[in-house]
Amino acid sequence: MSHLNAIGLEIAVLATGLALLLLDLWAKPGQRRQLAYGAVLALGAIFVASFAVSAPEPRLAFGGLYVLDELALFFKRFFLLAAVIVLVTEIEFAERLDAGSSEYHALTLFALVGMMFAASANDFALLFVALELVTVTFYVLVSYQRRRTPSLEAGVKYLILGALSSAFLVYGIALVFGVSGTMNFLHLTASPPEILQSPLLAIGLLLVLVGLGFKVAAVPFQIWAPDVCQGAPLPTTAFLAVGSKATGIVLLLRVLFVAAPAVTARWNHALLVVAALTILYGVLCAIPQRSLKRLMAYSSIANAGYLLIGVCVGNTEGVAAMLFYLGGYLFAVLAVFLVATLAWRGTDADEIPGLAGLCQRSPFLAGGLTLAMMSLAGVPPLAGFFGKFLLLKAAILGGATHPGLYWLAGLTIVAVVISLYYYFGVIRAVYWGENPADVSPLAVSWPARAVLGLCLFGMLWLGLFPANVLNLAQIAAAAIKF
Amino acid sequence: MENLTFIVFAPLVAAGIIALLPRTFNVLFRLLALAGTLASLIGALRVFLNFDATATGLQFEQQARWVDALGISYHLGVDGLNVGLILMGAIVAFAAACVSREIAQWQKLYYILLLLMAGGILGAFASFDIFLFYFFHELALVPTFILIGVWGRGDRRQYATFQITLYLSLGALITLIGLIALYLAAGTHSFNLLELTRHLAVEPISAGLQNVIFPLLLFGFGILVSLWPFHTWAPLGYSAAPTAAAMLHAGVLKKFGLYGLIRIAVPLLPTGAQHWMNTLALLCLGNILYCGLVAMRQRDLNLLIGNSSVAHMGFAFLGIASLSVIGVTGTVLVMIAHGLLAALSFAVSGYLHGRLGTLQMDQMGGLLRRMPFIGAVMVMAMFAGCGLPGFANFPGEALVLFGSWSTHRAVTVLATWGALVVAAVYMLRAVRVIWHGPVADRWKELADAPNLWVKLPFALLLAALLVFGCCPRLLTDKIAPVVETIVQQAGAPPAILTAGSKPTWFSPTAARETMPAPIEP
Repeated sequence: MSHLNAIGLEIAVLATGLALLLLDLWAKPGQRRQLAYGAVLALGAIFVASFAVSAPEPRLAFGGLYVLDELALFFKRFFLLAAVIVLVTEIEFAERLDAGSSEYHALTLFALVGMMFAASANDFALLFVALELVTVTFYVLVSYQRRRTPSLEAGVKYLILGALSSAFLVYGIALVFGVSGTMNFLHLTASPPEILQSPLLAIGLLLVLVGLGFKVAAVPFQIWAPDVCQGAPLPTTAFLAVGSKATGIVLLLRVLFVAAPAVTARWNHALLVVAALTILYGVLCAIPQRSLKRLMAYSSIANAGYLLIGVCVGNTEGVAAMLFYLGGYLFAVLAVFLVATLAWRGTDADEIPGLAGLCQRSPFLAGGLTLAMMSLAGVPPLAGFFGKFLLLKAAILGGATHPGLYWLAGLTIVAVVISLYYYFGVIRAVYWGENPADVSPLAVSWPARAVLGLCLFGMLWLGLFPANVLNLAQIAAAAIKF
Repeated sequence: MENLTFIVFAPLVAAGIIALLPRTFNVLFRLLALAGTLASLIGALRVFLNFDATATGLQFEQQARWVDALGISYHLGVDGLNVGLILMGAIVAFAAACVSREIAQWQKLYYILLLLMAGGILGAFASFDIFLFYFFHELALVPTFILIGVWGRGDRRQYATFQITLYLSLGALITLIGLIALYLAAGTHSFNLLELTRHLAVEPISAGLQNVIFPLLLFGFGILVSLWPFHTWAPLGYSAAPTAAAMLHAGVLKKFGLYGLIRIAVPLLPTGAQHWMNTLALLCLGNILYCGLVAMRQRDLNLLIGNSSVAHMGFAFLGIASLSVIGVTGTVLVMIAHGLLAALSFAVSGYLHGRLGTLQMDQMGGLLRRMPFIGAVMVMAMFAGCGLPGFANFPGEALVLFGSWSTHRAVTVLATWGALVVAAVYMLRAVRVIWHGPVADRWKELADAPNLWVKLPFALLLAALLVFGCCPRLLTDKIAPVVETIVQQAGAPPAILTAGSKPTWFSPTAARETMPAPIEP
């Protein structure tokens, strides 16, 4: 029974998803929207309930397969909050789907369950199953607009590259199991030194990291991101950029610092190089983009690089900074996609110049997009600034032991300056873009308004009063023993 | 009203109220902006008048917890160094709100951004927490970019916006790295400036580390103040900026870098400062001479003012480079004087642009006959820019030159040339071209500033320049004691402190030492 207790949050989400599917059978077409709002409320309730759970001591369940600690809880709350916002975005997007809007929401919920399980993975088997649950659902979600060729093309690309990365992952897990005889992270850490020194184990872990790098969209496994993000429906792109990336990050933390800290220590330089290349690739490729989705895809690659700084620092402070950054990233990115969904209602556009005139059509949406872009660019008093500040601080502090981090901090500065160019480009299009095609006022439903307000509140709150969330992040990071 | 939080937040609250109003209430936006900045001005004036120059330590101090986990607190206060700067900032902010009449489009957003900028600037100068200091600066900096981008003028507006955005962000981020490095190297786990100062006085950072952190701050702040050769953003940016943004940025926000150098970099990193001061002295020659010469060649009035403003920053840097009480006191005086002067110059040029539609000087001429008030203001501003006695710039520049004489003689000689000759050439030439000579036909119908409301910002700025110019002791009495402790912390050789070259007529502390105590009436 205590095992079921431990996965209570996941069960609740799963039940919500199944109930949504079932009730859809009896729902009239006009009631689908209410049904989806019901799911949003249920998720919101689960999110609130998650704060009643705490795990000062890690609780293992299912034979050590599953762990419930503060890190897992932090990410579960993160995913739940992201899903609430994404679901509202999906409801606004539903009119662009030919059919099956309830299934679309339900699939998102199933992906969410996968992410929440991944946050608790303490074993390569659960890691793989949870990751596949996320990835396979995303294959469907990405190609959900089945009459739209770009969506299908994106789905096929994601399927092929995702399958490839899964293959790497399985092969890596097999090697790790072959060498050490265990799939459990804690058992692997406690293995005798000769096993930990084995080159085959290192190769196995490297292949696992390739699989995770694909999820995070770190260079050189980022190739899929721009095309898939551009082709996928807007809410799915948002969930990919936030949820899927965070899943990769939490698993990366578990594998690097729980399963194989001894091996990770030897790879510090390689991680630094990956982080640096990811940041550079993301910001440089974002400069010429005209499509907002592609721009956000490249920006999400650059942000993956910033997050990896926290991993490179490799101590509680670095991870706490990374978790805080992730929180700010969630609000900013989801706000951008929500605004994009509302602004481009009824069209298939995604060009940045198409945002011209938004400030006249809806000052609220224009203001929201502006704040989100500023937060991403790292402007105070918004969340992005404080997140970058914490990451830089952690990097400079860590530089005393790994001098490479100084270079990474310097590179980050350059990248932030470059990123100002393209983020401000979007703001420019909103406020003084030329030849607006449409200046009719834009009606925004009140749930969408409320959720966008939540995002803006989140960005400001994290930027102005960071203490609470920072405290949560520090507690979560302390769950990993460095 | 003698409350620093009130001074800083009055514009921010006004911005918040404007944000909540419907878009069409244009008159109300303007009134709120005026009210917010006027409230700040009254508060700043009262703080300035009630400031006790004889007391040590912070006055009007306010502290609240913010992010305990990182040792960040909300900590405002004034001492002799920033009390004048806050007053200057509040005067310029009010004047900037006054001249914003020229804005016709999107007034709501404009006034929100302007007030954010004003609040951010005042907050930065009042902060005694390094993080808060940086935070407020960024809060002021970003609206500047948007103001230039949206309400700017000229064909090269877009280019200028991007250049100034990228340049200043780079400078700000380098500063941020330097400040974080300083915080970590100090190891106090606190961003509180007083605590850092106390701690570092006992356990200074190692010399090697200081020599690395100091240039980060020097060049980071330097980019923000347009230190040569990182100055190219300034003239172009100001010529494209709307009047109020140019006034606030060139006048006040830019001084943030100098203030940061004096307040943080020099006292906390004394070894690094001494190591880099000669470099700074040479670079500031670039400002004074090179940018002065560039200003001579300008045909656009705004570009001329922009370049001359960059040139004036050279004096401020020279004063810091001297690391002497007189020199640094002079720098603070130059900062205040130039803040008022730059705001005044840009206000005049903005007014001219509004009336003439151009700022090409060779198209003007004889305008003094048509616009006696504006013309007189401009001529006086130009004289102040040449360092004519009677205006606040004169005591500032004189103190800087006196202060730097004992440490950098050759630089001082060249700088004096820059101040007296180069500045006089371009300023007087501009006066001749714009205001004298025959009036072109197309300007026959021009009218002067019509009423008191329009004249108010000019009169206010000019009055402040004259008051501080005729009575610099109002400022030096307050500044000098603080600067003395800072210079002592920076460990300047005692020879400079007690050198005979010290002019006692501007240095009240020295005067007090050498002269018999005045008889109380």
